[in-house]
Parts: sequence; structure tokens; C-alpha cells
Amino acid sequence: MAKLTINGVEKEVAVEDAMPLLWVLRETLGLTGAKFGCGVAACGACSVLVGNVATRSCVTSVGTLAGKSITTIEGAAARAPWIALREAWIAEQVPQCGYCQSGMLIASIALLEAKPEPSDAEIDAALTNLCRCGTYPRVRKAIHRAARRLRERR
Amino acid sequence: MRRRSFLIATGLAGGALVVGGAFVYAPRNRLRRPASFALTQGDPLFNAWVAIAPDGGVTVLVPRQEMGQGITTALPMLVAEELDCDLERVRFEQASVDPVYANATLLADGVPFRPDDRGWLASAARHTQFKVAELLGVQATGGSTSVRDAWTVMRHAGAAARSQIVMAAARRWGVAPSECRTEQGRVMHAPTNRTLGYGELAVEAAHLEVPAKLALKDAGAFRLIGKSQPRLDIPAKTDGTAPYGIDTRVPGLVYAAIGHCPVFGGTLERMDSGKAMRLPGVKSVFELPRTSATEPAVAVIADSWWRAQSALAALDLRWSAGSHARLDSATQHAAYAELLANGKAREYERIGDPRAAFASAGRVLDATYFAPYLAHATMEPMNCTAWLKEGSLELWCGNQSPTLARWAAAKAARVDSDNVVVHTPYLGGGFGRRAETDVVFEAATLAARMPGTPVQLIWSRAEDLQHDRYRPMAMARLRSALGADGAIAAWHHRIVSQSCTQGFTARLLPAAASDLMKDKTTVEGAYDLPYAMPSRQVEHVLAEQPVAVGFWRSVGHSTNAFFVEAFLDEVAHAAGKDPLQYRLAMLAAVPRHRRVLETAARAAGWGKPLRGGRGIALAESFHSIVAQVAEVEVDASRKVHVRRIVCAIDCGRAVNPDTVVAQMESGIVFGLSAALHGEITLKNGRVEQRNFPDYALVGMAGCPAIEVHIVDSGWEHLGGAGEPGTPPVAPAVANAIFAATGERVRRLPIRLA
Repeated sequence: MAKLTINGVEKEVAVEDAMPLLWVLRETLGLTGAKFGCGVAACGACSVLVGNVATRSCVTSVGTLAGKSITTIEGAAARAPWIALREAWIAEQVPQCGYCQSGMLIASIALLEAKPEPSDAEIDAALTNLCRCGTYPRVRKAIHRAARRLRERR
Repeated sequence: MRRRSFLIATGLAGGALVVGGAFVYAPRNRLRRPASFALTQGDPLFNAWVAIAPDGGVTVLVPRQEMGQGITTALPMLVAEELDCDLERVRFEQASVDPVYANATLLADGVPFRPDDRGWLASAARHTQFKVAELLGVQATGGSTSVRDAWTVMRHAGAAARSQIVMAAARRWGVAPSECRTEQGRVMHAPTNRTLGYGELAVEAAHLEVPAKLALKDAGAFRLIGKSQPRLDIPAKTDGTAPYGIDTRVPGLVYAAIGHCPVFGGTLERMDSGKAMRLPGVKSVFELPRTSATEPAVAVIADSWWRAQSALAALDLRWSAGSHARLDSATQHAAYAELLANGKAREYERIGDPRAAFASAGRVLDATYFAPYLAHATMEPMNCTAWLKEGSLELWCGNQSPTLARWAAAKAARVDSDNVVVHTPYLGGGFGRRAETDVVFEAATLAARMPGTPVQLIWSRAEDLQHDRYRPMAMARLRSALGADGAIAAWHHRIVSQSCTQGFTARLLPAAASDLMKDKTTVEGAYDLPYAMPSRQVEHVLAEQPVAVGFWRSVGHSTNAFFVEAFLDEVAHAAGKDPLQYRLAMLAAVPRHRRVLETAARAAGWGKPLRGGRGIALAESFHSIVAQVAEVEVDASRKVHVRRIVCAIDCGRAVNPDTVVAQMESGIVFGLSAALHGEITLKNGRVEQRNFPDYALVGMAGCPAIEVHIVDSGWEHLGGAGEPGTPPVAPAVANAIFAATGERVRRLPIRLA
């Protein structure tokens, strides 16, 4: 039995502590926005925020998450950079197949919360997610666009 | 099945059997209502492609699969243009499986003739393919054909619905239809200043007669087509709500994990599932025998995929390795080298007298090139959900052909294919992998073993990489004789590889497969060069290997463009010529190719000083012409940094230009992953790569700046966009490395000495 706080709501799930968060989200809780891509933390499609940290949920056991606040793409609207990021994603027409994009957006939220005006090198360092469609150039443009938008609002 | 086998044999293989003379592939034939159809909202259906709701909302039925290429926007644009409605009022829905939606263009493109061959035999063969495609009714997404196939019919569909709406309005008003005009989803009668919305007329209009002659707009009148429109699928892909096959959730769903025989050609000797069965959540363990479509495997069913996958590791299995237990990449290379030297070749092209030209040549260049097996590695792992209840089977899966998925599932579950319902959500990548039906076959097999229970089969990434239908490994020898002026006097290109088409056909319908069939995918990008040469010979030697091969984004072009364009660069340098000028000199008769090459070169600043090196490559594929210039630096540790790719494409004219740009970016990154990292290798009969750390992809940090220029040559030259961006990347980068370092790359992935 694990107690988890997901998108601000406390949930109790009857699974073994060793089960990775990804499968609890997708199967037990029906939150399918985080995706399975590799199972070894290599691709980032499963990314969620644990506190403020973009975390690969496919290798994060639920047993390690007691007392921590988890945000998935379904709850991303509660995060400050969200609206600017989503608008930028649409303006730059970023997604193609779209499968990795939840993870890309989660990583971008964490980045902009920590570094409101990231450099290209900081984007390279923070966005280690894989995209088979090659949306990287547009992801980069969209992050810069969102950062500009957030700066204008400040 | 016998008729189907015959059609497939003539169809996929591109046999030049001429059927009848009366067949007319008229768009009108494709406007009928599909036999089986259930619109989710039950709105009046005008024809197979469009329904209009009473509130004026337009639903376009899209029979092609959305795998990132933006087809669920490009095809609705075609309808909305002629219907005269705003794209904001348009939603799309996945069409049902019906012969009216067959992709005839895909099969017609498969004939073993140069795309520019307009001779009677080539034309007859293409014609036959259309016929075969319609008879088979294969609905498929691939070959960069979707827009080309839909271009006429879906504009007709919009125009037909518009004419019916105008007729309905005219009747209501008691005026002549010719006095009415349409704009933004409304019919107007100016003389009496009356207007009606499409929605108000939909019910009565949908069943009116369509005029025998439909006038389509002149291209100059297009409001949507040719202007970038925001993709209709993107909003849902930015908030986690877009559904993929793997997201399917139905009541009572159980999950299946699968482990295939690790060695190609092996079998399961013994299994003890006692320990696995005692693990939490595990429900059953099944053995899946080898079939023509699938490899032997074991599957664990549990209430969670992670539990099923964990239990898989607890199975006590003994696989017998079979006859390929010692197969490795080195033995395969040796076998290919032997075939290259002494194998029986099939000729695909001969111009002039190459033998004589080589014999009398003063100077001959001779090089051997190699490209490895590659995995597709779609981000969404292979999966399929299947549910057998009361003799009918329901499927949910990302697929590139619901028709083939239906056949495979029907065969596996032993139900009639009419009783198979296929739901196709978004594909988390396709690239040719989802044209295969292995995972569908497996899921349907499992569903048949537990009737009444829906089961979702998901392959782990290791299964995906180790049991793909790979891009064929290829080895090629290229020779070129140079004349006194440095121009090419003779060109000889001999390729050794397996045949994807043969493998695909054998998996689908074993009875239809034959090694007698020519397979143009083995030589595409080699036997159809735009370059004028006085003599040329292109031939292929068929290799047999126990490794399954299939269609991988851009198929044969992915290897042949590398071989041809990198070798051509060698020849240009040997002749002491600039690689751009050397190519242009051979393109005098093909102005479109010249223009594309010049556009890319100019935009990249060809000839201007640069740190590192620049390389250029040109490749025509899927009726589009693409040139790319790569800018590369090689650092002190011999690491290759690709800084920028400048790309020019002529796809005739782009329906949704920003999508064409996106597809070029996509194709380039896909090709770059292959050029820099991609390699599937074998050891002891099994694939060595298991996950992304060892099957590496280009990531954000390694992704170059990409600049795309669209060269317009008009609607009459419509070409594809999904694949043509991929072929030129590897040779452009290899040629840039030569420019930067003087080192020739003849083998992929690129590893500098």
C-alpha cells in the first residue's frame, strides 16, 4: 500500500513498493499522459515532476515517493510556466507523432521554473528526452518563446 | 485466400500483368458511401469522406493513419478547400476499414520501373496495380503517398458535398443553383440577400444527386491549400490527452508481456512457469508457436504490465538455438562480400555499353560501401489491445494498415475478417514498423485463448530492438570510369541485400512470396538516377539471412542515396571538380533537380569559407527532389559535430507548407541518428542492442540547426514528404567530413579512424 500525492490529490494505491510510478499512474490511476518508452530512464517519455524535479517515472518506485508531491502532464496547469509553454508549443507547431511530448513539456516546466531564461546550452543539458520524430529544433524554439512570454509578463 | 494471394503476388511484387482495359480509376468511383460506417456523432454523411452536422460542423473521414506527418490536417484541408468552409469548423475522424479507402497510389508506386518511365509497359503495370489495389482494398499509410493518393478524390469529395448543399439551398429558395455562391460554410443568394448555413441544409442535401461533372477550383483560387495551417491534432498532443494504442483502457483489461526466442530461427524447448505463476497479479502463461508472421515466444498475462514483465524474467525457459546459433555480423559481412564478388545478379538498369566503356577507360574508381541493419525504434513500443467476444474481435492499435491488421487478427483468432473491428488511435511513430502485423497477430492469438477478456500486449524496448523487421543491411560496390575531361564515362553499381518486399509478403501471405519477383526497393535511389551518364549498369544480388527485414523510412533510398552520393563525391574530387558543379553538369536535362541543388547550395553559402567542412547530396525519392548541405566539424578527439543542415525540397507544391518543413526536419534527424549512431549487430544468432543506451539516437544536444527551403514547381508534380528528407543526410555528412578532414566515410554508422 502506498500513499501518493498526485496533482494535489492524495491517493492510496494497493501495489508493492517496488512498482515504478509510471505503471501506477497509467494502469491503477488511469493517468495515461506519461508514456512508456524504454523502462530504463533513457528516453524521458515517462517524465513527471517530483517536487520541482523532472523525474523518470519508469524507474522510480512508488515506495520512494511517500510525502512527495507529484505533478503529471494532467496536472501541469498548476505550474507557473504551463500556459506560456503550451501556447508556445502550439505556436511553433512542435509535436509530430506526439508520443514524447508530455515528457518534453514536463522537462521544460522544470527548466523554466529553475532558469526562467535558459541558454541553448542549458536547454541541451535539461532536455535529455528522446524524440524519434526529430522535434528538437522546434522544442528549443518553443522554450525560448515561452521564456520571452514569461519575461514580458513579469 | 487464393485470389488474395494471387493479387498480392502480382500486386506487391509489381508484376506487369495487364488486367482488362475498361478500368478507370475515376475519383467518382471513390465517392460512394462505405459499406459499413458508424460516425461517432451520426451526422449526415455526404460521401465516404465528409459529414456535416446540423450546427455546421464538418467531419472529414481520414482513412490514413496519423503518425506524426500531419495527415489529419492535410487531408481535411483538401476537403475544406472545395467545400468552402473554414478549417476551424472541421474536425477529423478515423475512417472505417472499407475498400473505398484503398491506397492505390502506394501499390502503383511499387512497380519496378523508374518513376519517370512513362512507357507502355510501366504505365500498364501501374494501371494494373491500381486495379489490384482496389480489388484488395488495402487501406495503408506509407510510401509518402497519402496526399498524392487523396489529392483528386478528396477535393472531389468536398466539391460534391458543396454542390449538394447549393442544390438544397436553391430548391428551398426556388432559385437556380447557378445564382448561389458559397463562402465560409454558408450558401448565399445575392439577388435576394438570403443566406443559409451548411448545417441547416445538411440533412436534405446529403442525399441529393451529385452532378455528373464537378468543377474543381483553379489553384489560384485556393484559400487553404498551399498556405500553412495549424495542425488539428496538435492541441491534444500538448496536454497528454491525445490517445495512442498503448493508452487503450477498457473494462476488465489485462496486460501481456512477451519474450521472443532470443536466437533467430530457434524454438522453445522447455518452459517451467511455476515460479512466475506464483508472483502477484499473474494470471496465465502462454506459449506462442512460430508462424509465418511471428517468431516463437512466451507471454505472461497479469493485472499490470510491469507485473507481467517482471514475471517473464521469472520463467524458467530453455530455448533451442537452432541452426543460426553462431551467426554474427562478421560472418554476414563475409557472406555479403562473397555475394558482391560472385553472386548471381539481377540487372535493373543498363544504359549504353558500360563494359566497353570500362575496358577503354583511362581511369577507374572502385569502392565498396556498407550500411548496417537498423531498427525503427518508434517511441511508442509495439502494442495491441485485442478483445474477442461472441465471435467478433475488437482491436485497438497504432497501425499503418487497418486492412492488414484485420487480416492478421482474423487469421490468428480464427474469425471472419468481417467480424474484426479495428480502432486506430494516434501512432507513437510508424516509420514502416507499423505496416507489419506481428504484434496484432500475437495479441489476437492471446485474445482467442481467453475469450471475453480484453488483453493489451506491450513489447518491452528490448523486444522491439531485438525482434524488429529491420532496414536491410546492404553492401555495394561502385565503379566509375572517368573520361579525359573528368566526366563519368561509365558507372557500375552492384548491391547485395535482402528484399523487404519479399520478406513482407512472406510474413503476410507465405503462398504469395517468391524470390523470382523483382523488388525495386533494393535498387531505388540507384537505378533511377537523374544524372546523365553515357553508360550505366545497376544490378542487385539477393541475399538470404534469417533476419527479418522490412520497410524503414525511405526504404532502399536510405542506403542507396548514401552509396551513390558519397561515391559521386569521390569521383568529383578525383576529377578535380567541385562536387556541386560536377553534379550540375550531369543535370542539364532535369531543371527541377538543378534548381533544388542550387537552392540548397546558395542558401548554405556553398564555396564560402567555413570552419570544418561542407558536403552536398541530392536524392529524389517518392516523387520529391531533396538536396541537403551539411556543415560539419571534427574535433581533436575525432568526434563529429554536425552544426547545420540546409535542405531544399521540390515536392511539386506543398499542401500544408509548415508540415513539409517539419517533415524535412524530421527526416533529417531520423537519417542523422542512423548516420551517426544507428547499428543493429548480431552475435551468437541474436541482436546485441537492447535499449537506447546502445541503440543511440540524436538528442537535443546533438541536433544541428536545420533550415528548409521549399522549391515550388506546381501541382502537376505532387510528391511525398514523409520520407524524402531522410536519404540525403548520411551522404551530405559523409561528404562534409571528407571536406573537413580528407577522410572518406564508406561505412555507416560513421566512425572516424
